[in-house]
Amino acid sequence: MSIIQTVRMRSAAAGAPAAGAGAGDDAVALDLRGVQKTYDTPGRPQVEAIRHLDFSIRRGELVCVVGPSGAGKTTLLRSIAGLLDLTAGEVVLDGRVVSGPPEGMAVVFQEYGRSLFPWMTVRQNIELPLKEKGIAKAERRAKIDRALEEVGLTEAGEQHPWQLSGGMQQRVAIARAIAFEPSVLLMDEPFAAVDAQTRAELEDLVRKLWKDLGVTVLFVTHDIDEAVYLGERVIVLSNRPTVLMEDVRVDLPAERDQLTTRSDPHFGELRGHVYELIQQAKRGVRPDAPAASSPQEA
Amino acid sequence: MNAARLARRAFMLLGLPLILLAFWWVASASSTSPFWPPLQTILETFPKTWTWDRIVSDVLPSLARLGIGYALAVVVGIVAGTAIGLMPRLRALSEPVLEFFRAVPPPVLVPIIALFAGYTGWLGKIVTIALGCLWPILLNTVEGVRGLEPVLNDTARSYHLSRWRRLVFVVLPGASPRIFTGARQALSIGVILMVISELFGANRGLGAAIVQFQRSFAIPQMWTGIILLGLIGVLLAALFKVVENRMLAWYVGQRQIERGE
Amino acid sequence: MTTTPTAAPPEPRAARPRTRRSGRRNDAWLGVLGVLIVLAGAELLSRTGIVNPDFLPPVTEMYASLFQLLGEGSFWESLWLTVRGWAVGLAAAMALGIVVGFVIGSSRFLREFTSSTVEFLRPIPSVALIPLVVLMFGTKPASAFLLVLYAAFWQVLVQVLYGVADVDPVARDTARSYRFGPLRVARSVIYPTALPYIMTAFRLAAAVALILEITAELVIGVPGLGRDIGIAQSSGNVPATYALVIVVGLIGVAVNLFARFVERKALWWHPSVRSEVA
Repeated sequence: MSIIQTVRMRSAAAGAPAAGAGAGDDAVALDLRGVQKTYDTPGRPQVEAIRHLDFSIRRGELVCVVGPSGAGKTTLLRSIAGLLDLTAGEVVLDGRVVSGPPEGMAVVFQEYGRSLFPWMTVRQNIELPLKEKGIAKAERRAKIDRALEEVGLTEAGEQHPWQLSGGMQQRVAIARAIAFEPSVLLMDEPFAAVDAQTRAELEDLVRKLWKDLGVTVLFVTHDIDEAVYLGERVIVLSNRPTVLMEDVRVDLPAERDQLTTRSDPHFGELRGHVYELIQQAKRGVRPDAPAASSPQEA
Repeated sequence: MNAARLARRAFMLLGLPLILLAFWWVASASSTSPFWPPLQTILETFPKTWTWDRIVSDVLPSLARLGIGYALAVVVGIVAGTAIGLMPRLRALSEPVLEFFRAVPPPVLVPIIALFAGYTGWLGKIVTIALGCLWPILLNTVEGVRGLEPVLNDTARSYHLSRWRRLVFVVLPGASPRIFTGARQALSIGVILMVISELFGANRGLGAAIVQFQRSFAIPQMWTGIILLGLIGVLLAALFKVVENRMLAWYVGQRQIERGE
Repeated sequence: MTTTPTAAPPEPRAARPRTRRSGRRNDAWLGVLGVLIVLAGAELLSRTGIVNPDFLPPVTEMYASLFQLLGEGSFWESLWLTVRGWAVGLAAAMALGIVVGFVIGSSRFLREFTSSTVEFLRPIPSVALIPLVVLMFGTKPASAFLLVLYAAFWQVLVQVLYGVADVDPVARDTARSYRFGPLRVARSVIYPTALPYIMTAFRLAAAVALILEITAELVIGVPGLGRDIGIAQSSGNVPATYALVIVVGLIGVAVNLFARFVERKALWWHPSVRSEVA
């Protein structure tokens, strides 16, 4: 796999100092430093979900995270979103350590139908966080209009979320997130529950929004194709307890579309490489246990 | 076509009630039993019994007491229920106590409250109604607040909505279907207590009047009272439905779509 | 904003069952603590005279009175009459509600034809019938029986109607295509679907039936605990009044627990644990 440019493959043994990625501090939007999460409930054996994770995302990057099922992807995302307390290490957003849901971050959840407030119209759903920000009414209206236009839902503003299809509901959730104008947008398997065609449309929507708005996106998915198609980088996680398998640079052209990109031989190679990594991860190969021939778990 | 459908609907809606009324009319027409006066007699007695004066002196005060007691129960029940629902410790602490108070049949409150407030004035009656209506509203609010969709909670947190915004725009609307379930149960208990609270001591009111008719063997008048009380129950239930359909329009619509209607 | 007004901090899904189990034990202790606080508080309010002990006797006195009651035959007689009245009325309402519900529910015409009447009769408060049953039966148990029956019947009927309407049309068509007879359809298709609703009906009707049984005893004077409460109160025996109210409350708790137990038993095989409809 000489074509694959491996940016870095860190030894993530516990205690290894987490050096900065070398990029200047203001160029880094999100920085994970020695993140560790163990679920500890009294009277029960501990569950080590994340052993050690270091990586950083530059401002304006679109990074995908993939891993075998049960790799703690959701735990990771909830930690970054400040919805979960870390056991050790820290998440730094815009130079500030995250403790609790940070300013300047918006999350799009997988459960689109349940993350929208069913008692509010689409516009009210988008408006609520803006009200919280203290934005004046006229400006709120303009921001809602723009967000709805970006996701192609100008007609649906006065409807309730449950009157829309699944794909449209997820567009509303995305509109709510971008109207909030976050510096980092987190997406937790947002398209896992929509049909294949809608999914392709929504993937292109994410690419378009990312380019139009210059927002930093961290996109968690279990779908290898989706990760390679969307991302500038793909972060591959090991199985539990999670460490970094590999940070794969996706050097595909910036202009991507479903037909040509997916039939690009280089796309196939990248996809194959990530697929191979996931297969290894499933077999229990982990960078922090060099004896790769001895699988830890079934 | 359209006329035929309209006729069919009218038949479905009014057919059975009319049949039943006609049956009652015919069966009681020649009745000489003092307990079962002819329907005709009852209907003729109605306007004579429930004159405007009597409505002002008996019916409206009963309804006012019901309204005040019910409103108190709604306010206290929602406030306390939300607080308990949001605080797991407080909930664990209060759960068995609340279960007990909920299980006490509300009419036994009457003798207890009579000890404190006496039973001739309004206070004892209003407290009885409010206490009886409180538990279903409170416990359903607790359940509604507790059962809020966790993803909505995460969403509210990640957009760091303030405390009161979360309360007003997320927690209370999310709990509102359950709150309405409780309020509906409370309404029928409230009507029962409105009547019962008037049956002790010397009293005025709708319930007291009906029992007074019965004790003085004014049977047709008693029947008109039963009918009036029934109508009030039906009217209150209809009113409740209107309010519910307005305030829970989103919920009704969502459920219809989920059930594929 | 250090504390959040939301419920528990969202916990990881994987770890949830564990927290729940150890949490449940703590919750139980907290619940016991809550009961003790209320009892001690009531005792204190009364002993210190903040609340007139003539109206709220100390809890210890209530329990002394309660233990005294437990030794009296008449108390057990009343308890038996109350429970019997409740059970008989509830059983009759269940039987009638289920039969009428199945008959009406199985035909679209009957459903539509009766719906306006059901909607009209259901909210009529059963206490409106008190003067009528007094005229007919006086203080005989039949008075209480009719009130209980009327109040509980509508609860059962409405739930059963929902249940029968909930039958999967595909299951019904399957049964029809195998040429099941109507009785077999009722037994093997409609009944299993309606069963959870019937159990919900039982839970709701059981509570309502107890309310009306006690009401009839208290207001009309049908023999039972309700009448005893009225007598104790009017004769000024305040501790006994409270003791009897506590007994009635405990019966209510027992009825609720029993109904929930029955409901859960019937629901364990059912995919969805439903909340009551309407």
